[in-house]
Amino acid sequence: MAGKTLFEKIWDQHVVREEPDGTTLLYVDRHLIHEVTSPQAFEGLRLSGRQPRRPAAVLAVPDHNVPTTDRSQGIADPMSALQVSTLEQNCREFGITYFGMHDHRQGIVHVIGPEQGLTLPGMTIVCGDSHTSTHGAFGALAFGIGTSEVEHVLATQCLVQKKPKTMEIRVEGTLPDYCSPKDVILAIIGRIGIGGGIGYVVEYTGSVIRSFSMEGRMTLCNMSIEGGARAGLVGPDEVTMKYLEGRPLSPKGPLWEQATKFWKTLASDPDAKFDRVLEMIGHDIAPQVTWGTNPEMVTDVTGRVPDPSQIEDPQTRASIERALAYMGLSGGVPIRDITIDRVFIGSCTNSRIEDLRIAAKYVKGKRVSGTVKAMVVPGSGLVKAQAEQEGLDRIFREAGFEWREPGCSMCLAMNADVLSPGERCASTSNRNFEGRQGKGGRTHLVSPAMAAAAAIEGHFVDIRDWS
Amino acid sequence: MQPFTTLTGTIAPLNQSNVDTDQIIPKQYLKTIQRTGLKEGLFADWRQRADGSPNPDFFMNQPCYQDAPILLTGENFGCGSSREHAPWALLDYGFRCILAPSFADIFYNNCFQNGILPIVLTLAEVQSLFDRVARNSQYQLTIDLPQQRVRLPEGEEYAFTIDPFRKDCLLKGLDAIGVTLQHESAITAYEARRSRETPWLFQP
Repeated sequence: MAGKTLFEKIWDQHVVREEPDGTTLLYVDRHLIHEVTSPQAFEGLRLSGRQPRRPAAVLAVPDHNVPTTDRSQGIADPMSALQVSTLEQNCREFGITYFGMHDHRQGIVHVIGPEQGLTLPGMTIVCGDSHTSTHGAFGALAFGIGTSEVEHVLATQCLVQKKPKTMEIRVEGTLPDYCSPKDVILAIIGRIGIGGGIGYVVEYTGSVIRSFSMEGRMTLCNMSIEGGARAGLVGPDEVTMKYLEGRPLSPKGPLWEQATKFWKTLASDPDAKFDRVLEMIGHDIAPQVTWGTNPEMVTDVTGRVPDPSQIEDPQTRASIERALAYMGLSGGVPIRDITIDRVFIGSCTNSRIEDLRIAAKYVKGKRVSGTVKAMVVPGSGLVKAQAEQEGLDRIFREAGFEWREPGCSMCLAMNADVLSPGERCASTSNRNFEGRQGKGGRTHLVSPAMAAAAAIEGHFVDIRDWS
Repeated sequence: MQPFTTLTGTIAPLNQSNVDTDQIIPKQYLKTIQRTGLKEGLFADWRQRADGSPNPDFFMNQPCYQDAPILLTGENFGCGSSREHAPWALLDYGFRCILAPSFADIFYNNCFQNGILPIVLTLAEVQSLFDRVARNSQYQLTIDLPQQRVRLPEGEEYAFTIDPFRKDCLLKGLDAIGVTLQHESAITAYEARRSRETPWLFQP
């Protein structure tokens, strides 16, 4: 019998029951909740007279709607304020742990879960948010669900699922200097396309992935959904254990010993078969910049915006033409000639302490271009405090960046942080969809280092030869 | 949930691939704490031009497609955000069935939770339907869920597949939570076993 992949091991360990057609009742170990996708789920519980099955397995935090400026006056937008207060009331009513807007542990749900040690290897983790894939960095099966499923998990601690297929994406060799996990995942999406992972859970393997810190692995797994895969995984190793040890919710004492022993069994067997395997070479990867309106529309920083007249396939040509019209770009323009108006360093993809350290390294002693408005939004209150302790806030402020309070902010612009129509932004977030950062706004996805350098120069630069 | 058995109606064409949920319903409509009334936000940024006037080229502004209960679209429909507001808005506007060559996973699941039937057809079948709708905006299909067939007026049929469990839930309009709670004892037994084997998962 062939061995099992990591995914298959976790899946099998969570099967409560399986129907003859493969429909599976899958147990959920941890459930994260935020204010946007949960109100209707709690309302559903109330209407049907149901209670959460395991409130202790749930953690809630407001992140999408919270202001990133002074919070002492509350939330100005009454709709946003109502959504956040509704979450707080629901948590109080149903006995769910809630990190409120003024709690120093508040932050983006996918930053605080790992930070608290809530995310552990071998778990199943869900959240009404597509970037739940982030938690796969720990070797947990983590994926986004809709609000009806949020209600389902609250009521039953289970989900009805069909087993997905498995894909291995192996990145071997070494990554060139100045390239980051963000560049790797953007290059992967450029290769497989934004629908390439539909129906799959991806396991990332190979020496390049192994060399990533936990924060790098989170960036990688976070954008699995941008390639269509609901979940991405990295097998747990010493790096994982070291990150987890001593975190508030990590197991302690004898339980830690027992858990780590178990986690060491969580690796794909050498003879395990994946449904699809993709190999990439680390040193072929260059800093990436998206030029279009979805994450597969990406190229090397040394590249050019594609010229639709050179594209034969009429459908591809039409989609490029449409994207360029929205982005206000002409075909053939070198990426490095694209000037920007805004820089956003933040989001569940790139707002952790290492991201901020790297960005700070590039801006230290320099000034943001006079034509650019730049902001840094830390992923959590704890990230913010750590950065301030290290003096990173001062580096950013002195360079002309705004230093903000934690939240999702301009990744999706549900709060007051919004692009104006036509504004062009270098963003460390995960989606460059039309209107994502504000109606008519134009988003280019990049790594923290690339965003920092673009802020200084006012246009994209190749950080490999930028001083 | 409203059951789905058969449906006959016209088709609204949206001939584009990778339509993401940010387009289906932009973020400004996600601040509601209700799941009704979301049709106002459906494709809000595509319905209007930059100046706020209706975009006459968009299907929602063309009277011939006003009452279509079937949406025909391109690959990877519903990609991106998990927001269930997307199927809520589509349902609120009147769509009960979506035909596409492929769907994003989370969106596909969310449809079934709301009595919307997403059907995967081949690229050729989808293209053929786009051609027919282009020739006749009142072109009608019958969706037959029990038989798993899309019936064309010319007599042709496209077969489609669907999970038996999902099909059953749609046909009967079942409350999925109620179905799962029938297995309450299995869940309790699972929890008891796992809390012995992997106790750290049950702390606190």
